Amino acid sequence: MTKFKALAGLALSALLMGSAAFAGEIVINSDHSDPAPKKAMEELIADFQAKHPDITVKWNNFDHEGYKAAIRNFLTADPPDVAAWYAGNRMAPFVGAGLFEDVSDVWASNGLDEQLKSSAASMTIDGKKWGVPYTYYQWGIYYRADIFAEQGITPPKTWAELLAASEKLKAAGITPFAIGTKALWPTGGWFDYLNLRVNGYEFHMELTSGKVPYTDPRVKAVFEKWAELVSPGYFLENHAAIDWQDAIPQMVQGKAAMYLMGNFAVATMKDGGLTEDQIGFMQFPEITPGIPMAEDAPTDTFHIPSGAKNKEDAKVFLAYLASPEAQAKMNATLGQLPVNNQAAKPSDKFLDAGFTMLSNAYALAQFYDRDADAEMAKAGMEGFQEFMVKPDQIDRILERLEKVRAKVYK
Amino acid sequence: MSDTARSAGFWKRNQLKIAPWAFLAPGAIMFLLYVLIPIVQSVWISFHDWDGLGDKVWIGLGNYVELLDDDTFYVALKNNLIWLALYLLAIPMGLATALFLNQTVWGIRLYKSLFFFPFVISQVVVGLMFTWFYAPDFGLFSQLIKWLTGTEIAVLADERFVTLGIIVAGLWPQTAYCMILYLTGLNNLNPEQIEAARMDNARGWRLLWHVILPQLAPATFIAMVVTVIGALRSFDLVSIMTAGGPYGSSQVLSYFMYEQALSEYGYRMGYGAAIAVVLFLIMMVFITLFIVRMIAQERNR
Amino acid sequence: MFPTPIQKASPAARIGYQVLLPVALMIWLIPLIGVAVTSLRPASDLAAGNYFGIPSGLAFENYAAVFRDSPIGWYILNSFKVTVPTVIGAVALSCLTGFALAVYGFRANLWVFFAFVAGNFIPFQILMVPVRDMTLRAGMYDTTLGLVLFHIAFQTGFCTLFMRNFIKGLPFALIESARVEGVSEWRIFRYIVLPLMRPAIAALSVLVFTFVWNDYFWATVLVQGQHAMPVTAGLYSLNGQWVAAWHLVSAGSIVAALPPVLMFFLMQRHFIAGLTLGATKG
Repeated sequence: MTKFKALAGLALSALLMGSAAFAGEIVINSDHSDPAPKKAMEELIADFQAKHPDITVKWNNFDHEGYKAAIRNFLTADPPDVAAWYAGNRMAPFVGAGLFEDVSDVWASNGLDEQLKSSAASMTIDGKKWGVPYTYYQWGIYYRADIFAEQGITPPKTWAELLAASEKLKAAGITPFAIGTKALWPTGGWFDYLNLRVNGYEFHMELTSGKVPYTDPRVKAVFEKWAELVSPGYFLENHAAIDWQDAIPQMVQGKAAMYLMGNFAVATMKDGGLTEDQIGFMQFPEITPGIPMAEDAPTDTFHIPSGAKNKEDAKVFLAYLASPEAQAKMNATLGQLPVNNQAAKPSDKFLDAGFTMLSNAYALAQFYDRDADAEMAKAGMEGFQEFMVKPDQIDRILERLEKVRAKVYK
Repeated sequence: MSDTARSAGFWKRNQLKIAPWAFLAPGAIMFLLYVLIPIVQSVWISFHDWDGLGDKVWIGLGNYVELLDDDTFYVALKNNLIWLALYLLAIPMGLATALFLNQTVWGIRLYKSLFFFPFVISQVVVGLMFTWFYAPDFGLFSQLIKWLTGTEIAVLADERFVTLGIIVAGLWPQTAYCMILYLTGLNNLNPEQIEAARMDNARGWRLLWHVILPQLAPATFIAMVVTVIGALRSFDLVSIMTAGGPYGSSQVLSYFMYEQALSEYGYRMGYGAAIAVVLFLIMMVFITLFIVRMIAQERNR
Repeated sequence: MFPTPIQKASPAARIGYQVLLPVALMIWLIPLIGVAVTSLRPASDLAAGNYFGIPSGLAFENYAAVFRDSPIGWYILNSFKVTVPTVIGAVALSCLTGFALAVYGFRANLWVFFAFVAGNFIPFQILMVPVRDMTLRAGMYDTTLGLVLFHIAFQTGFCTLFMRNFIKGLPFALIESARVEGVSEWRIFRYIVLPLMRPAIAALSVLVFTFVWNDYFWATVLVQGQHAMPVTAGLYSLNGQWVAAWHLVSAGSIVAALPPVLMFFLMQRHFIAGLTLGATKG
């Protein structure tokens, strides 16, 4: 009898010690390997630990590219308490496999449905919330303000104006649009915006989730508009051989005047020698009149793996991450936009323009390679790249994309 | 006889039978574990649908059927055939270079070493060097073409030339390798045969064709084997220079497999395994030919 | 000697040849020269569009920048951590296996030998999924140890072929007489054959070093984090970080290529002997 009691006592204390080891420590896995994100994370964690001294944070920082493969392993093999990832269709496979934890309670108890409104849709699956977004950035057309002034061009607001501006630039010996498609994804930005402006946000979401065939005439209409820029040669030649950064020198040297890109391109443009006054930002122009303007705004997020050991403290971390102060500070270092609309507005001229644009956006898409299934995205972007080189092959390309879609979304 | 004496006798008697296996064991076990068994496993996986995370689902020949209908597969196959055909150019080019360098002038050893240099460099570095070489606007090659013909060709962006461009990059180290094989072969020629042929007034091409080349046959054989294997296996250069692009036109089976099984865009391990099996079977044809030849040689010893 | 020794040709041909040699070498090494020059080109040149004119200065700081701003130092260290143990392991194992296949005439001998040879020629892709899976489950994913074990196992194929052929060329009488004197097999291997294998070991070590250092595929499949990534795969990821920074990519490429190149120049004879064993022996 005493032996049993002793054993039970031992077991109980072991249990208590075991759980004590978990309480108060959270493990965070993320891929903030580049200098600015790394600094932002370091500050975030330091501030969090200052505010919550009873919780210690262990942070595993992965290489940015390698993380995308690593997460598939550690979510099952050795899950942390908090993991970085992306919103929308990119998180759907993990949600579907039951690897992410439902955090609707965090949203509810912290008023996040209001504060993180613009991203709410991209974080919701089946009516539940599966993570917390903390940063996004705008996409739009960055242009050489000085070249526009020289050529007497005002930033176009409609498609017709864009075509006219491009014609003028081409006549002056300047390629209207810089682009580098070797890594494929810059073509996704073009497709997204053309589709959003020609057919609208709802159609774009249906297409990327595989519900609409690529041979639909509405999809072809997008490419017909695209052809109006490709056929007269309004894009940089040889774009398929260069990465997006390789196209920046063209803009710096004045050989190209516009670039549809994310805001991170501004830093590279400045590094290449452009001053802030020379760079302008404009929203992608309207194409079909009356369609509300949605934008691409890829959102970075944090989630709790369903296998996490310390979900309690992980939720405290997520709540902190969602707060206006934390988001403002983090985004100041990242040079991106806080999702929390209560956060202090950034002072940078481009971020400011982006903040306004995104806060007033009809809806936010996550970018083609995050909205569409990964395999579809690869085939899609290859098709876009091929189209940009061989616009006359559009029917064959669309048929091929449709074949992939049927296979992927069966 | 005592126990120890008996066991000592056993060992002594059977040493010759057991010893080879004892020596083989460590290496063979590693090889079995990491090479032979995985081959079987890959074939097994190719009959399933598996994303690496969840369960494997048996689909029999499903992956292979899908493969036959996949456009990318045919592009990759076609490119592999182009590789096979053009990569063999390394052999005559290697021979020519070896003949060129087979003189005993001052400093020739340094020249030989420097000509051999490209083989020692990693294919990753070769790929980066040639990407730089072919780059539009500032690459030496595109500038050369511009100067010669007036128009620019972005080799790695043009589906007509991209595979050729990558093969040329691959030929650089491969020619160096063939060169070394032939230089060694040339060093071991039978001088009497050559003198006899020279006395018979044979020279130049005829001498090369009838007397020298037959003596270089072993070198040619090895060069062919390594070159064929290298052409079918090529992965590094495609991965570095184009990642299969533009829009999949430089795709090869080895890279296609990797993309399907492991890249950001797909974790279809079963499908990837099927592609690997196809590649393996193609290569087994050549490997078997090589081994048959080796058997013949061994039996002649 | 073939072709006709140049000394016997006309003076014009001799001079022509002496001139042609360096010219041919320059043309042959153009990509390398181009990259080397670019690696020393100041960044300002590239931004201004001066890609292959005379560089405005010798920017040795590019090399310092490469080491300072990127983990290439770690990558190189990892490469050593992978390559050196592999060389030791593969050569050691293949001394044993080569000895077994060369000296003993057991029935399965030829089949085992061909298994090793065939295994060396197969495409990596047929191994990729199972080896990766096995490494993952053994907890060795993303470690240099995982890479080392694979490379040792795989290189054993080529190394066994090499050693077996080499040992077969040694005089068998040595072994026979030792056996007659009652020397145990292990002692025969250790004290009679092994010392004779020194040149083969040297050649093989150099070759395996080069092959494993230059490996790219398995580095990408079995490793992810910086802490274990060798320089070949690391260079590729750095390329992504420095796109359009060609002076840095070039400097990084040169740095990554140096160890095997140094190895080659120091041990040329061994290297070439290793590669060409069999080129003359049928």
